[in-house]
Amino acid sequence: MSKPAIASASAVAAPSAEAGAHFLHGVRRLLLAGGGLFFSLAATFFGLLVITFVIGRLMPVDPVLSAVGDRASQATYNQVKEAMGLNLPIWHQFARYAWNVLHGDFGMSTLTARPVMEDLIRVFPATAEMATVAIIIGIVCGIPLGVWAAVYRNSLLDHVMRVVGLIGYSVPIFWLGVMGLLVFYLQLGWVGGPGRLDVYLDGEVPTVTGLILVDAVIAGDWEVFANAFSHIILPATLLGYYSLAYISRMTRSLMLEQLNQEYLITARVKGLSERRVVWRHAFGNIQVALITVCALAFANILEGSVLTETVFAWPGIGRYITTALLSADMNAVLGGTIVVGTVYVGLNLLSDILYLIVDPRAR
Amino acid sequence: MSGNETVLAAPAGLRAWLKADAPGSGWQATCGRAYRGWRAFARNPMGLVGLSIVLLLLFCAAFAPWIATADPTVQDLSLRLQSTSAEHWLGTDRMGRDTFSALIYGSRVTLYIVVLVLVISAPIGLLVGSTAGFLGGWTDKVLMRITDIFFSFPRLVLALAFVASLGPGLNNAIIAIALTAWPAYARVARAETLAVRKSDFIAAVRTQGAGHWRIILRHVMPLSLPSVIVRATLDMAGIILTAAGLGFLGLGAQPPTPEWGAMISVGRENILDQWWVAAVPGMAIFIVSLGFNLLGDGLRDVLDPKMT
Repeated sequence: MSKPAIASASAVAAPSAEAGAHFLHGVRRLLLAGGGLFFSLAATFFGLLVITFVIGRLMPVDPVLSAVGDRASQATYNQVKEAMGLNLPIWHQFARYAWNVLHGDFGMSTLTARPVMEDLIRVFPATAEMATVAIIIGIVCGIPLGVWAAVYRNSLLDHVMRVVGLIGYSVPIFWLGVMGLLVFYLQLGWVGGPGRLDVYLDGEVPTVTGLILVDAVIAGDWEVFANAFSHIILPATLLGYYSLAYISRMTRSLMLEQLNQEYLITARVKGLSERRVVWRHAFGNIQVALITVCALAFANILEGSVLTETVFAWPGIGRYITTALLSADMNAVLGGTIVVGTVYVGLNLLSDILYLIVDPRAR
Repeated sequence: MSGNETVLAAPAGLRAWLKADAPGSGWQATCGRAYRGWRAFARNPMGLVGLSIVLLLLFCAAFAPWIATADPTVQDLSLRLQSTSAEHWLGTDRMGRDTFSALIYGSRVTLYIVVLVLVISAPIGLLVGSTAGFLGGWTDKVLMRITDIFFSFPRLVLALAFVASLGPGLNNAIIAIALTAWPAYARVARAETLAVRKSDFIAAVRTQGAGHWRIILRHVMPLSLPSVIVRATLDMAGIILTAAGLGFLGLGAQPPTPEWGAMISVGRENILDQWWVAAVPGMAIFIVSLGFNLLGDGLRDVLDPKMT
């Protein structure tokens, strides 16, 4: 009996102080959780560095020999070896490597004879553009379809969505790309072919963001916009299809969890419309989890873009990596791997942070 | 459901022995459990479809020389890019190789990849996960942190980097995929281990004098196995797709080995007029991945009903 009395007394006495303490407590928890996340990001990034370093050293080819050629004298060989830092102890080499990577120095690409970082900055917008269009398709279609599949469980729509999901998990994306090009480009002529633009429009609009769709809008050149759209729509739809399959499946199972809860019965008893019950109450509660799902879907799109870009001759980071691979340009491969890996890890972190901010229970 | 079973039930004999409430031996109990598991699995038609597809793959791989109509590596440029015919059921590619035979032999390559990836990654995952879960403390923290690091990497890109360094080839592709596949099993095994580590039977084994490793290897790991198998079956499709992707990029199996992903890459060059050269191996990859997905879903429903 006495406890509530004390509590209410103190609340009356110093309401603002308690609220302040509560707020500080919340901030501290948030910072602690954020610190944990930061630590995990740092650890993961360190792991990425170690793995790429090891991969770079696994190469059966002697990097010094391939740089100087087999006619070089022993003195030249030693000199180059020293210049490349390969005479240093292995941990020293790693420290050097990590230092360089952290400063954005991935070395020179043997294929393009330019710094890898420069190349990556040049090709990244193409990937970002395709991935963004793809995730928009995935989210805009995937979430409503997932919600409906859960609401109308075991209906025709639910079964269709299950098949859509199964196909998405089973079909090779590069094959779908090849077949899509055959049907929609070569046979029907509905979409633009490989590449980001038709050749005659190349360089028509000035590069501002590197995203051709955005640059075309800035320049007000609607012909370029339409052409770029016709090129991006097929690969982005294919990539978007995979995230649609994933997002709708996750949305469905998250919604099913909510739809069985008793608070929805209360909401219905109160006389709320079914639409409000589903979209406001049930869907409102899964939004936080959906953020994570969408971030993961976006990360998967980045990975899927490696093969898609190869099929569609899309000059993005995926194609850059595969082209470099085929000519054994290790600096370029590792640089690309680190960038994709970092974005991937970063997206995971971002989803965790958003989760922390939106959902107080996670603190 | 029960009415159905009484109609189907044989009067006595094997079925009664299998369904006995009080099995007389460990062997009988094992058989009975397997039988009940099978009955539960068989109620799921999609699971059965998946099983049939996987069995078909096994059949094709085992009897490839008898099923194939020609040697898939023999090139005959006079027969290049033929359409379907009685002699070449699915036509020929631009080297005049028989597509149907390449498809059949390709099932061996696919199976080889899947089995080897599993043989490499499942034990690593089981060992890491069981050890982390059983020992707990710092061992757990360190091992699971490493697992998380591997888990948060994009699988295909990492596999690409590995293959780039080790050189293209089927075995290097398998190693690369296996290195990215084990973390999932480690997580599953750890979760299972946490559930049993405080059990009485573990305490009993310990009082008998068994050491950590004996308990982990003989008593904890076997219990994690079913969950890991389910997870692995669901992973198979992903492994097949990654391997096919590497093959498509020319980094997996090297010619003349008939690999489905590489076959698509070859067929792509004549896609306009001879679309089937690329279409057929893609269908094969799709069907086999679908089979593993359906089988995995079915197995999960039987072994882990709470996940549906």
